[in-house]
Amino acid sequence: MYSQGLIGADGTTHEDEEFLAAFQARIDAELKIEPNDPMPAGYRKTLVRQIAQHAHSEIVGMLPEGNWITRAPTLRRKAALLAKVQDEGGHGLYLYSAAETLGVSREELVGQLLSGKAKYSSIFNYPAITWADIGTIGWLVDGAAIMNQIPLCRCSFGPYARAMIRVCKEESFHQRQGYEIMLTLCKGSDEQKAMAQDALDRWWWPSLMMFGPHDADSTHSDQSMAWKIKRFTNDELRQKFIDATVPQAEFLGLTMPDPDLKWNEEKGGYDHGEIDWDEFWRVVKGDGICNRDRMKARRKAHDDNTWVREAALAYAEKTAARETAVAAE
Amino acid sequence: MPDADLKPETLFKYVLRLADDQLILGQRLGEWCGHAPTLEEELALANIGLDLLGQARSLYSYAGEIEGKGQGEDDLAFLRPEREYLNALLVEQPNGDFAVTIVRQVFHAAFMVPFWRTMTASSDETLAAIAAKSLKEVEYHLRHSSEWLIRLGDGTEESHRRSQDALEELWGYASELFEMDALADEMLDCGIAVDAAALKAEWDATVNAVLERASLTRPMDSWSQSGGRSGRHSEHLGHILSELQYMQRTYPGLSW
Amino acid sequence: MTEKNTPLWEVFIRARNGLSHKHVGSLHAVDAEMAMQAARDVYTRRGEGQSVWVVRSSDIVASDPTEKETMFEPTGSKIYRHPTFYDIPEDVGHM
Repeated sequence: MYSQGLIGADGTTHEDEEFLAAFQARIDAELKIEPNDPMPAGYRKTLVRQIAQHAHSEIVGMLPEGNWITRAPTLRRKAALLAKVQDEGGHGLYLYSAAETLGVSREELVGQLLSGKAKYSSIFNYPAITWADIGTIGWLVDGAAIMNQIPLCRCSFGPYARAMIRVCKEESFHQRQGYEIMLTLCKGSDEQKAMAQDALDRWWWPSLMMFGPHDADSTHSDQSMAWKIKRFTNDELRQKFIDATVPQAEFLGLTMPDPDLKWNEEKGGYDHGEIDWDEFWRVVKGDGICNRDRMKARRKAHDDNTWVREAALAYAEKTAARETAVAAE
Repeated sequence: MPDADLKPETLFKYVLRLADDQLILGQRLGEWCGHAPTLEEELALANIGLDLLGQARSLYSYAGEIEGKGQGEDDLAFLRPEREYLNALLVEQPNGDFAVTIVRQVFHAAFMVPFWRTMTASSDETLAAIAAKSLKEVEYHLRHSSEWLIRLGDGTEESHRRSQDALEELWGYASELFEMDALADEMLDCGIAVDAAALKAEWDATVNAVLERASLTRPMDSWSQSGGRSGRHSEHLGHILSELQYMQRTYPGLSW
Repeated sequence: MTEKNTPLWEVFIRARNGLSHKHVGSLHAVDAEMAMQAARDVYTRRGEGQSVWVVRSSDIVASDPTEKETMFEPTGSKIYRHPTFYDIPEDVGHM
């Protein structure tokens, strides 16, 4: 569940022209790059950073929804939500594995998240305060993520593309799960409808920010596009998302919290109001309402359970030593 | 229903006891989500929780049918007052550290494996079918939690101490699982129920074997607690219910 | 705070009888039993598996990417290994 123009990518690379041209020719021929293939240092660095940010987003993304598992209103919703949040954990795991093929360990990647050095999708720094937020997160946040992740299935780096294929297959139920919650609310009491509208009001703009800065302000986008790590620009994906989502909101009978949102016949898509980029950067830089809580929760889960991981490793070492001793007799 | 003398209320209560055990333990495991020791264990705990929730749902639906008053799984799961929940005290105990969660799971699964296995022969076809499905699930829960307890017990000094503490903390709640009362006896007589007391020997053997491999000491039977089967709970259940029932209580009578 | 690395394992799953085990991904586990359980919990949640293999990633012997040409290019010229290399009159029928 992720979609954000990569933050702070640096695709700078220092290989000679001939090497870069040969690499680009492979990319242009749609040949996949596998972990042991020669690749520019900038390509490797950009990928590690992007895959890690993606993985961290899945893991941190478990928190706002996980927060509602014990309070889900029915057993069916509880089971679906637990299964969905579990999937996010699985997706984080697949993605960490893909990053590891480039030579960084899981421990190192997790360490970067916990130290605050690594970024994750800013959307998860907003709070899930009502049950309608669970519907809205599934509908909008997973919807935005799918927009981004489907083209990533064709990413030039093999392990990332393969992980994304698995993720997309599994995520197909996530957005439907969220939209179904919204449908139920919108067909329900006035109180439920108001709850749904309130959640849309709070999540709409942050979900548009998930696609990252405008293309004109997105510094390293061109190189990622050329290397086919990225297949569409931030603005292209954002536009697709808006065009797909507005009719879904109309079907629910909800109002988009954007007075400037209107159909543009000429471009065949919706025009929308200006996104508050100050807010975006504030949240990315750590000042969202939940940034501190999210990091605290992740660190606590890690630190409180260090003894568990140490115990398992110690046991494995002891058992291996015992086996060696027996074999030596 | 197989026996004409059997009152539906009796069977209803018996099924509720079973359903409540699985729901409350599933709810507890749900609290771990996002906070587990490793990513791999995150998925494992959720799998166990989902199995238990699934079992609870089947049991509540069946209980609602038996009662015949139009109550569905959610009415039964969410809308009873605290004294009407009939789960054993073991499953409502807080997650504690990972050792407490694992010991609680070993105790529960070591009981549920022979319980569901015996229940597959129940004269009640619905319960027998639920038992057949659930048996495969709890066999895996037992494997998973036992292997963890072995690693924690025989891991580091700290993990050994924590798991021995967890054993002592939960030991006195295990005996309630084997309790029989008038209701359970009546159900046993008509061929529906399992003789829980008769499962003690297998539970002992399973747990002893795990403890031995884990280099842990079996606690003394110096104390025990019960009351859950008649709705007399620890203070923990009220807090579980305040979360579990929050939506249904705040917005009564709505669909979600 | 440096934590010891937990070994990486590769997971192979037979989706149904009749198919070979296929690489599906990797995971971290301290030993074989935990790796097997994690493989089941992570990679077979949607009924994907009939049989699972787990192999320590460090136990896999891989060909050296710098020897790719030496290793694999010589087969490129052996077209006689392919059925279309041989001319069989159409009258003979499918062969």
